[in-house]
Amino acid sequence: MKEKLIEKTLMLLAFSAIGALLLMAVFIFKEGMPIIFKVGIKNFLFSTHWAPTKGHFGVSSMIVSSLFVTIGAMIIGVPLALACAITLAEFAPQRVTVILKPTIELLAGIPSVVYGFLGVVLLVPLIRDYLGGPGLSLLAASIILAIMILPTITSISIDAIKAVPYSYKEGSLALGATHWQTIRMVILKAARSGIITAIILGMARAIGETMAVIMVAGNALRLPQSPLSPVRTLTSNIALEMGYAAGDHRAALFATGIVLFVFIMVFNVSANIITKRWRRE
Amino acid sequence: MLQRIVKAQLWSLTGFTIGILFFIIFFISIKGLPQITLEFLTSNPVDMGRSGGIFSTIVCTLYLIFVSLMIAMPLGVGAAIYLTEYTRESRLTHIIRFGTECLAGIPSIIMGLFGFAFFVMALGLGWSILSGGMTMSIMLLPTIIRTTEESIKAVPYELREVSFSLGVTRWQTVTKVVLPSALPGIVTGIVLGIARCIEETAVIIFTVGSSLRLPESFFDSGRTMAVHFYILAREGISMPNAYGTAAILILSILFINLSAYYLARQFLKKIC
Repeated sequence: MKEKLIEKTLMLLAFSAIGALLLMAVFIFKEGMPIIFKVGIKNFLFSTHWAPTKGHFGVSSMIVSSLFVTIGAMIIGVPLALACAITLAEFAPQRVTVILKPTIELLAGIPSVVYGFLGVVLLVPLIRDYLGGPGLSLLAASIILAIMILPTITSISIDAIKAVPYSYKEGSLALGATHWQTIRMVILKAARSGIITAIILGMARAIGETMAVIMVAGNALRLPQSPLSPVRTLTSNIALEMGYAAGDHRAALFATGIVLFVFIMVFNVSANIITKRWRRE
Repeated sequence: MLQRIVKAQLWSLTGFTIGILFFIIFFISIKGLPQITLEFLTSNPVDMGRSGGIFSTIVCTLYLIFVSLMIAMPLGVGAAIYLTEYTRESRLTHIIRFGTECLAGIPSIIMGLFGFAFFVMALGLGWSILSGGMTMSIMLLPTIIRTTEESIKAVPYELREVSFSLGVTRWQTVTKVVLPSALPGIVTGIVLGIARCIEETAVIIFTVGSSLRLPESFFDSGRTMAVHFYILAREGISMPNAYGTAAILILSILFINLSAYYLARQFLKKIC
């Protein structure tokens, strides 16, 4: 009897995470959907005119900025992360990997406000002095995000590379391929799905990051013209205006949250599907 | 030849990445450590943080950690026990795992929005450590579930068989045999949760607020160290105090992560 009760209680607890997820989705959609219908889905998603106190709610410039910042972070971060992953999984002796992998993972533990701060103090002046523009820019946000997502991509990629069966490598080396040829043509091919999962999770992290981006991106409300122009992402829009928003304005910020939520879910679901396929292989 | 060039390039990129980490730690430490005195740690901020210390923000951070863990620990460990000891892999567990993974990917700003709409407004808890703790506990759940699950799975099956063959019930086996052996792994998850509470900012501004007063109960608003640092730095209130706070943030997180790593290694050694 008591055993049954315990089992039922534990089952309820097991649903806590998924319950929280659903509750969260319900609440954010309930707060945000009415305003999207009020201004019209098309208008909301495709207008660049955001003047919430005057009744204009268009988030397209933020969607574009968020995507550009994320793509920029990928262009800078993915090669670095893959280089680290290949080195640590293939070239470095086991002893070194055991120390260096957690060291890189430590980068993930540094608070995002500290990254943002270092961006403002060190990176922004560099960009302003050497490349021009206001310094606070899409480029600055991309560089900071690239560093922030490095540990995620590196650590999952290392696991993916290490999961490739040793016999593949032996087979390739036995056929006379060099170590680098083996890595490039055999190991990376076999670890492909794992690496793609790592990259997608990195993208999800980049598009969702808030505090660091607010501090370095400049937060200007228009479509980005160049990598040096200041931009406002979906996340920064929410964080910047939540403090004083009320009524329709607050609802519009929740609606911004819905757009972000949809992006994140798409990333997560595709990462999940790819991982499943990878496990089956 | 090509092999050598590639290898050298890859190594230098790796070196560069690790260099960034050390640079961040050294830069913040050199600028921040001189600010840290006993007085800085034990006196409250004066004049919005222009002078004085960070005592009230340390207290607020500790309260927040306490509340978050008090909620997340039983939920997370319970969920992990159910997933590993009470069910086989089925459609149901797949759904639960998928939900947990999705929750782990939700950005903190969305957590903050939700915490604000649900705990602060709908439940009427206001900006308080309780609202923040409950929101943070949702954020910590996936980590705690995952680390607990992994450490429970690592407990050898023979231990359970012996226990069952002695006529012990499943729950007794879990509490007396499985959990004690899995403890270091579970503690690792909790330690990582503490680090998460210290470094989080977006969620906390929306749910705990940014009051500088020393919180007297869990129903009070407050300001954690990370939020304090953000406000000091962003509004340019006091750079020396900002660096001091940043140094404490980074060093405590470094210490926490290293101890989590150490615990995990000890656990692996014991199991293997």
